[in-house]
Amino acid sequence: MQVLQQKAKELLESGKVQVVIGYGEGTGERVRPLFVRTAEEVSKLVWDDRCRQNLAVYLNKPEIKKMGMPALIATPVVVHTVIQLIAEHQLKVDGVLTLVVENGSVKELFDTTSLEAYAESHPVIFPPFVKQEIKTIAEMSLHERFKFWQDEFSRCIKCYACRSACPLCYCERCITDNNQPQWISSASHAQGNFEWHVNRAMHLAGRCIQCGSCTIACPVGIPIGLLTIEASRIVGTEFGQQPGLKCDAVPAMSSFKVEDTETFIK
Amino acid sequence: MENTFEPKIVAFVCNWCTYAGADLTGTSRIKYATNVRIVRFPCTGRIDYNLLLKAFAQGADGVIVSGCHPNDCHYTSGNFHARRRWIVFRQMMEYMGFDMSRVKFSWVSAAEGAKWADIVNTTVQEIRDLGPSKEYAEMSRLGVV
Amino acid sequence: MSIQNKVVTHENLLNFLGEIIASGKELYAPQRKGLKTYFHPLNDVQTIVFDYIQTTLSPKSLLFPKVERLLSYTRDGKQIHVTDSSEQKQAPDRILFGSRPCDAAGLQTVTEFFRRDNPDAFIQRRQNALTIISVSCTKSNEYCFCTSVGISPGDTTGSDILLTPIENARYFVEAVTEKGSLLLAQYEKYFEKSEAITKEPHLVKVTKTFSSTEISERLTGSFDNPIWKDASLRCIGCGTCAYACPVCSCFDIQDEGTNKKGDRLRCWDSCGFSLFTLHTSGHNPRSTQSERWRQRVMHKFSYMPEQSGMLGCVGCGRCSMSCPADMNLKEQLLEIAAKVEDV
Repeated sequence: MQVLQQKAKELLESGKVQVVIGYGEGTGERVRPLFVRTAEEVSKLVWDDRCRQNLAVYLNKPEIKKMGMPALIATPVVVHTVIQLIAEHQLKVDGVLTLVVENGSVKELFDTTSLEAYAESHPVIFPPFVKQEIKTIAEMSLHERFKFWQDEFSRCIKCYACRSACPLCYCERCITDNNQPQWISSASHAQGNFEWHVNRAMHLAGRCIQCGSCTIACPVGIPIGLLTIEASRIVGTEFGQQPGLKCDAVPAMSSFKVEDTETFIK
Repeated sequence: MENTFEPKIVAFVCNWCTYAGADLTGTSRIKYATNVRIVRFPCTGRIDYNLLLKAFAQGADGVIVSGCHPNDCHYTSGNFHARRRWIVFRQMMEYMGFDMSRVKFSWVSAAEGAKWADIVNTTVQEIRDLGPSKEYAEMSRLGVV
Repeated sequence: MSIQNKVVTHENLLNFLGEIIASGKELYAPQRKGLKTYFHPLNDVQTIVFDYIQTTLSPKSLLFPKVERLLSYTRDGKQIHVTDSSEQKQAPDRILFGSRPCDAAGLQTVTEFFRRDNPDAFIQRRQNALTIISVSCTKSNEYCFCTSVGISPGDTTGSDILLTPIENARYFVEAVTEKGSLLLAQYEKYFEKSEAITKEPHLVKVTKTFSSTEISERLTGSFDNPIWKDASLRCIGCGTCAYACPVCSCFDIQDEGTNKKGDRLRCWDSCGFSLFTLHTSGHNPRSTQSERWRQRVMHKFSYMPEQSGMLGCVGCGRCSMSCPADMNLKEQLLEIAAKVEDV
């Protein structure tokens, strides 16, 4: 924590960055996103196991962009996010200074090489309970799975916290906000909820870097991450592409290989 | 007892290959099942998976998606994009409990009139055996007070 | 309003609720799902949860559901038939059990909001058929601030019946309204007469941290205050706060149908969404998150009191608890009290 605060102070004082995006103490035991703009405020920064929310979501916000060059305090999965955003041309490589804490010191990741090297050596590891949930769903019958997801979606209130918390959901006008035509019903009835979650998973296929922010954000506890993780798993298995590793990767779902194979098209 | 259920099948086809192929089936006077309603698209690359879901929500019992063979796409690469999309969509739907055996995919060229008839007949029979699609359509009516 | 003094044992309370279910009424009570609690219709009173501070979502959906059909149409050639849902059969008789005093006050505000100016038949018929049995609070958490907005852990506002847990697994029962009295009278065998009991010692203490009148005064004229920008930096613009709130009543109308048949639906909407105020012309009067956050706070604490005399907040804390970015409303209000100059 100290080293992070020290680094933030140096960066702000030298004018290298204008804002440090990190975590601060929140309500009760929580942490919350923090935007430090002066050296005096760096003491508010915290760094511990509670810091899981993906802060890369703030990099594309107009209010944050206006502040100038940002430094982003990153967990390993946030580094993957930065790389994926660069690959999708939402971020310039020199548009953010990524800070990672390793072995008690702070490292600056400032270019393609350093970002990719860090991402390579820090693959996404699922916590045991996520692995178990994935296994449980895989072992269900088709009908059981339908009932399971219908039960989960029945609580969905279409608050779009999952969308808002996701750094990869950066569309200024989401598909569900269009009504010419209304592709996805914005109402939170069973069909509207199903369509929304299907579309979100499909739009994140091969792009979801598996940070779990959507699941954390959901106020009614739907395991949304399981959908987007599965979509990315399918893309990884079928097309051999993992998101968040290469800054010049071509997105899997907007490209193709003539040699793509399947067995279900007659 | 003979199964007399007549499924409603919606076919999303591309204009240049499958639609022309279906036309050929007709001009060749090949008789085939009449359960299919064809929706014409310029290319399979244009077919949105949401349309499949809407078809089932509105009472379809089965869906056929058909287009040009790989390398024969009128727009060069539309069907390649579509293929990737379907590969992911099918598995995603299975994961969410949606029965993808009700959706049939095929490549039917403009010269394959007989193949089109065969695809339709086989699909109608398979869907007839599966029975009416109830679960998704029923689910689609839930949740409104 | 006769507030009769009665007492009920926990066991008889469950018997009473069981008989209500048996009589064909719908009973909504707190149910556990994972780590969260929700109001859910139930058949087995043994599944009712009693050790919770707040449910995750408010009970406002019993009056103002997240999706409801306003009308439906069918077309038969040139004939168009429209069915107005409010003229349909009666709303089912419902009992809400386990709401907190803040929830009940919120339901009252929602009812009033949909009654003034243009009475809403849909909300009204549900409200007529709903009996609210609240349970006073013996616990609170850091998010609660009911006492700062004119409510308290043992408040009767908005409830038809209020139960306060007392010693020996019993509850002090107050029939607050005619509706409440009638219901108790129907099942009076479960309720014993009691002398008046002071609720105070049995309730949790929620310290008042600000004065809502003072906040409202300070907010007038703070439209251009820079406080909104910094406070809203971490807001991600979802609808969680508005949807979890027992009072928020903004809605969206969605028409869904084909040219043969369809529905007009009313759905929840949130002022936090970036497209909430987007005009057809493309102009958006609240195009930044700070403008939307300001709107949220001012609507609840300045515009609503000014226009209708009602405060738009009951201090339940759900918005802050559920917020993915920890936008804490109580904290913001305290900041306003401290930072915004006296008018």
